[in-house]
Amino acid sequence: MAISTGDFDFIRKLVLERSAIVLEPGKEYLVESRMLPLLHKEGLESIEILVGKLRGGTKNGLADLVVDALTTNETSFFRDIKPFEALKGHIIPDIIEKNKTTRELTIWCGASSSGQEPFTIAMILRNDFPQLLNWKINFISSDISREMLQRCRAGKYSQLEVNRGLPAMLLVKFFERVGTDWKVKDDLLKMIQFREINLAEPFPVLPKVDVLFLRNVLIYFDVEMKRSVLGKIKRVLKPEGYLFLGAAETTMNIDASFERLPLPQSGCYQLKG
Amino acid sequence: MRALVVDDSKAIRRILSQMLSSIGFEVSEAAHGKEAVEVLAASDPFDLGLIDWNMPEMNGFELVCEIRKNSKYDNMRLMMVTTETEMSQVVKALEAGANEYVMKPFTKEMIYEKLSLMGLPVSP
Repeated sequence: MAISTGDFDFIRKLVLERSAIVLEPGKEYLVESRMLPLLHKEGLESIEILVGKLRGGTKNGLADLVVDALTTNETSFFRDIKPFEALKGHIIPDIIEKNKTTRELTIWCGASSSGQEPFTIAMILRNDFPQLLNWKINFISSDISREMLQRCRAGKYSQLEVNRGLPAMLLVKFFERVGTDWKVKDDLLKMIQFREINLAEPFPVLPKVDVLFLRNVLIYFDVEMKRSVLGKIKRVLKPEGYLFLGAAETTMNIDASFERLPLPQSGCYQLKG
Repeated sequence: MRALVVDDSKAIRRILSQMLSSIGFEVSEAAHGKEAVEVLAASDPFDLGLIDWNMPEMNGFELVCEIRKNSKYDNMRLMMVTTETEMSQVVKALEAGANEYVMKPFTKEMIYEKLSLMGLPVSP
């Protein structure tokens, strides 16, 4: 989905006025990728239609959603907080109990993008579950984009990227300042194996997964591809493993083998019975 | 909930005070660290301190150290209000006992998000 110069300029101006964040020309891809989940959620077909509504002022609150999508979501650690609360409060304690004899935990982030999600999970494991220090942790984080994987392996973030969502204590504990940027400390970086995996293709051989994060990925696929990806997930997930999808995503009407768990706003699923 | 806003800029004090008052905080102000210490000594305990870095008399770091010396203020959450160029010094303040930081320019939402991170209520 390409964005026209006029629409890009309109959104740039809106974001600048409301958040003081400057989107330089060349960031069109960012606007396009961030708007996709919003379009989906709002039932709009294109950025052009979205900008039309913004210009007409016909929908209250839409401008806030646009600014929010561009300034907080994908660039922030602990994005949407609820899935991470569920992970910390229920899921990891449950797995620690279930796997206490094998002392092995396998986590897979299926679309790590620029790395905030896997590093958030790694911080939770290190900070809140010291008993896992002598477990074998298989932590795989994958993306289709080599550029994104390079970013993840470097573990480097700008001040703007760490400003929101990430508690200051975790910033100081798990990052070191390099110039004006922040770099993930080696201990945390080494926990994670970054791999190039295209979800649309057959999955490589992976250990059976206890927790799979696949948030805001399925929305990019058509129904057939969603079904195919969920089918492959069923084979890689442990029978009692957990699957996290994005807030606007569901397995409903695509694959009946999953059920949503009653953990508020976490988008967490398990295989039925 | 009671908050103390410490900043040598009257404009910043006013903005922060308004943001906090609108979610139900009772706000006091001080123009520098030394004045903040005097306000603290003369008042009931505060739940929150918003502290600028660069101030005359006593700077933000010195104020954090001063507050954290006194166990009477253990429950007071301290947030540094800072700029990107001051960030490396702010790390020292965090190590000395400040709980959070917020970077200028900030929005109301950013302040409230940080208050939530520190476990403070953000609804009016």
